[in-house]
Amino acid sequence: MIGDYILEIAYLIASVLYIFGLKMMSDPKTAKNGNLWAAAGMFIAIVATITLYTYDIKNDAGEIIEKGVHLGNKLWIGGGIAIGTILGYMMAKKVQMTDMPQMVSLFNGMGGACAAIIGLIEFPHYAHNPDSSFLILLTIYAGVVIGSTSFAGSMIAFLKLNGNLNKDIRLPFYNVMNTGLIIAAVGLTICLAGGHIGTESVDIWVYILLGLSLAYGVLFVLPIGGADMPVVISLLNSFTGMAAAFGGFLYGNMAMLTGGILVGSAGTILTVVMCNAMNRSLSAVIFGAFGTGGVAAAAVGDGKQKSYKQTSPSDLAVLLNYSSKVIIVPGYGLAVAQAQHVVHELESILTSRGVEVKYAIHPVAGRMPGHMNVLLAESNVEYDKLVEMEDINPEFSTCDVVLVLGANDVVNPAAKEDPSSPIYGMPILNVEDAKHTVINKRSMNVGYAGIDNDLFYRDKSSMLFGDAKKVLAELVSELKAL
Amino acid sequence: MEIVIEFIGDFLQFIGGRCLECKDAGGNIEMVYIVILSIILGIQVIESVPTVLHTPLMSGANAIHGVVVVGAIIVMGKADPDNYVALILGFLAVVLGTVNVVGGFVVTDRMLDMFKKKPAKKD
Repeated sequence: MIGDYILEIAYLIASVLYIFGLKMMSDPKTAKNGNLWAAAGMFIAIVATITLYTYDIKNDAGEIIEKGVHLGNKLWIGGGIAIGTILGYMMAKKVQMTDMPQMVSLFNGMGGACAAIIGLIEFPHYAHNPDSSFLILLTIYAGVVIGSTSFAGSMIAFLKLNGNLNKDIRLPFYNVMNTGLIIAAVGLTICLAGGHIGTESVDIWVYILLGLSLAYGVLFVLPIGGADMPVVISLLNSFTGMAAAFGGFLYGNMAMLTGGILVGSAGTILTVVMCNAMNRSLSAVIFGAFGTGGVAAAAVGDGKQKSYKQTSPSDLAVLLNYSSKVIIVPGYGLAVAQAQHVVHELESILTSRGVEVKYAIHPVAGRMPGHMNVLLAESNVEYDKLVEMEDINPEFSTCDVVLVLGANDVVNPAAKEDPSSPIYGMPILNVEDAKHTVINKRSMNVGYAGIDNDLFYRDKSSMLFGDAKKVLAELVSELKAL
Repeated sequence: MEIVIEFIGDFLQFIGGRCLECKDAGGNIEMVYIVILSIILGIQVIESVPTVLHTPLMSGANAIHGVVVVGAIIVMGKADPDNYVALILGFLAVVLGTVNVVGGFVVTDRMLDMFKKKPAKKD
């Protein structure tokens, strides 16, 4: 009995630690401790569950035949935790800084799968019991649906970010298909929870429901591309939070409930904040407004033969050396090329020669908000040199050279000038205000959003082709020689 | 119509009544309070976050929803030792949930490592 109270108090402590942890994570100074607090809360919740959780065994008639039984199968549990800990630790330690977004997506998918499996194991206990209420069944099935959708979606997001699935695949009528799948899944869930399906065929229908949810997760993320990927990961993150909360409801488990709901609501708000940063509505992201519009715009761009200027590292070295102010715009290309250290070297050389160097950070540069900050922080770029969009935009007009490194959509003037463009309305970095704009790209290919960029053809723009790391290394050696 | 009334009845019972899978009589109304207050807390906590911290925060939240592993442990612990399907599925759930928790916190820690040095350097 006393163990029950200790367990509940342990869950309370865990919940408080999550909340303080999350709060501390929203300030750079306390963020690291906040993460540790949340981790400590999780440790307490897990250890308390294994050692203190008790339940009552009931017979088929619902009478309690044994009270306060401790959890069994401890070897299996311990083994699972040991394997999971080793796997998780290795994966998290081995991953490159540039691959963080897909790693978050992968971990998220695993949480979703975990929630779905819990529902799959639990449903036979309740589905075959005529006393189970509509809402308890709804809780279980909702956990299965949301968990498996989150799992499938996260896996697709992982494959896309990891470069295994580069193209945005749009099946014909995918919006109709997706909507149909949601309706089918919701309808089936309600039928199952309402007991409108006979107990003998419940099992089959639950697995059909699982299939529908997995298919929806895949089809939901497949067509989404462009700068929308971070939003999707954040959304799936809050989905998994909700799935965990449903588990909390099922067991009356406070740690799961508070943790899940907290992530569900925080994740939803974070998703909205990210959408606002891109001036896009959530529904536009989900229903793939990037689709047709982007293709049309790219086609128009290809129709006209436009000319661009090219420059070389040696020319650029001279230009940079005699500038007084240089702004660097990092993008995903920089992350892919692992050029964060060499760009810091470039910055140090220029600074030592009296050039003012700043980094302009677009809120969605890279594949996740804050991606560039994390990357540049890794190579010890000073925190106050990273300037956010609102603060840096007025400075472009006083700047001699803007160096765009592997960024594309976030500097595309079409967002301001072309109402037909799919990214129209997204706030961008006003790089075209600078005296010179040098754009480093591997080729003239379109960016992640799949649309052409008029910036490349402007009079003040010149292109510097090549892998960011290689080109910057050449640039650094040219500068040293000057 | 009957279904609607039944649903409303269930719903009221759910909100004001006993918990779903109870050991003791505990009102679900407390759960509803917790849900609503947690939602408000979640919103409050996130609202004023600088863009810089979006990725680590998302990653940290990602680790926190790994709490679902607690559910996996309970499922596993209750499973009949002869029910191999439940054991294997439960084992898988525990492994996946633990990877979510451990991996999530370690990745977040690595991301935040990079922010830690900066303010110190300024001095």
